[in-house]
Amino acid sequence: MPLSVKHILSARDLTKKDVDLILQTARALKEISYRPIKKVPTLRGKQILFCFFEDSTRTRMSFDIAAKRLSADTSVITKSGSAISKGETILDTVKNLAAMQADIIVVRHKESGIPWQIADAFPHISVINAGDGMHEHPTQALLDFMTIQNSKGNVEGLHVAIVGDIFHSRVARSDMILFKKMGMHVHVVAPKTFLPADVEDYGVTVHNRIQDVVKFADVIMMLRIQRERMNSFFFPNEREYSKYFGLTKELMKDAKPDVVVMHPGPVNRGLEIEPEVADGPHSIILDQVENGVAVRMALMYLLCGTHGGEE
Amino acid sequence: MTIEKGIEIEIGRPPHKTEGFFLAGMENNGDESMTTKHLMSEAQMEEALAKMARQIIKQNKKMEDIVLIGIRSRGVPLAEWLARKIEAVLKRPVEVGSLDINLYRDDLSEVDEQPVVRKTELPFGISGKGIILVDDVLFTGRTIRAAMDALIDFGRPKFVQLAVMVDRGWRELPIQADYVAKKVKTSATENIKVMLAEMDGTNEILIKDKR
Repeated sequence: MPLSVKHILSARDLTKKDVDLILQTARALKEISYRPIKKVPTLRGKQILFCFFEDSTRTRMSFDIAAKRLSADTSVITKSGSAISKGETILDTVKNLAAMQADIIVVRHKESGIPWQIADAFPHISVINAGDGMHEHPTQALLDFMTIQNSKGNVEGLHVAIVGDIFHSRVARSDMILFKKMGMHVHVVAPKTFLPADVEDYGVTVHNRIQDVVKFADVIMMLRIQRERMNSFFFPNEREYSKYFGLTKELMKDAKPDVVVMHPGPVNRGLEIEPEVADGPHSIILDQVENGVAVRMALMYLLCGTHGGEE
Repeated sequence: MTIEKGIEIEIGRPPHKTEGFFLAGMENNGDESMTTKHLMSEAQMEEALAKMARQIIKQNKKMEDIVLIGIRSRGVPLAEWLARKIEAVLKRPVEVGSLDINLYRDDLSEVDEQPVVRKTELPFGISGKGIILVDDVLFTGRTIRAAMDALIDFGRPKFVQLAVMVDRGWRELPIQADYVAKKVKTSATENIKVMLAEMDGTNEILIKDKR
């Protein structure tokens, strides 16, 4: 039972069976990170190309560590260090690099849809979307889902609240799609300016006060306020935002005793989440980081396999 | 098919062609060309593992720092079964781990579909330990090669020995087992099916021929 997809572009493309296979594989591969020698020879001789046309530390590191634990070779291009800064188009850049025989291309770009273009241009190479603009970030959704499943067991019927800037967040979009697909009730909490016009299409329940969801949520996912993507149009000031939408230790007193708190990082301490909550007993933020490596290892392993018969 | 005398352990009765009632429904099960022969019953497996346990204890004297590691999937319940037999003699517990070798296979670039990776669970350090690898069938030897590579990534064992239920020949690598319950000469179209209660609902060994 291989994956039904050749590329990991959107959480939409994945079937429930795909998700189960990816997570089962991720759980098996997680153990490698705890060995004295954190490496297996599985992807020896495979070439993985990281095209990070937008800044990234943790996602890029996570992919890089994942590739190296499986013995794949990696090369990185970034916007500033590449010919793109000399005026070359992205497709030309990627084409040149793909000619060096990549097996997987991992792409992050500030424009939505770029990973699809690359996948169309190189049908024999698997493309993983590591975040495209305000659109999707499917590997983050997979690691979020794995983290929820690890701490909750059966996820069917759980209430997950996603709080914050839904509009700018590709994490929120991929999360909403995946969580819904896997049988969870998804709630979003945001000021109206932070809600995408089509939010209802995701089959989620919209709330405009964090107080409304804290009492019944099994999972609270706080999103980062992305200062780099906005101006004063979106909210008056940060203090007001944290007053109405921040997760505080005071609010946590009303939460379910077994609630878990998540955040895709990087955290703006004191803005969307208080440090006492981010570091508190309900926080599984660091589990997310840990599972990120395992999920990306699983994807690279599974995608490298489906090549065989083709080409 | 001809049956040879086991190298280390001899099984009392020669295998017989299947006539038992429990196999009646299995033969010609939707596939006319498949013939199924019976190789070992649960009682024979039980007896063979008990002999193997005594053999292992004889070979390794006091059995200090000896652990059993089953190769997924069928080597794991077999290792546990063998451990119970060893424990019965030693009157103390023996540690058992499980090893998935898929990440170490030498044919990953040849198979179309990646094999499903399952968990490796070694709840003990292996450095300095004597390891008895346990698997159901010894065939080309490639699984054992992969298992040894996997083990070395976890530490430096004092030694590694191999125990298998059935040695069916056809080796492609210079690998031999230290303990064999049953040695069988097989044809290329035959397949040895070691069935275990934990996964198949019954303990029994069959030879299926899809000629």
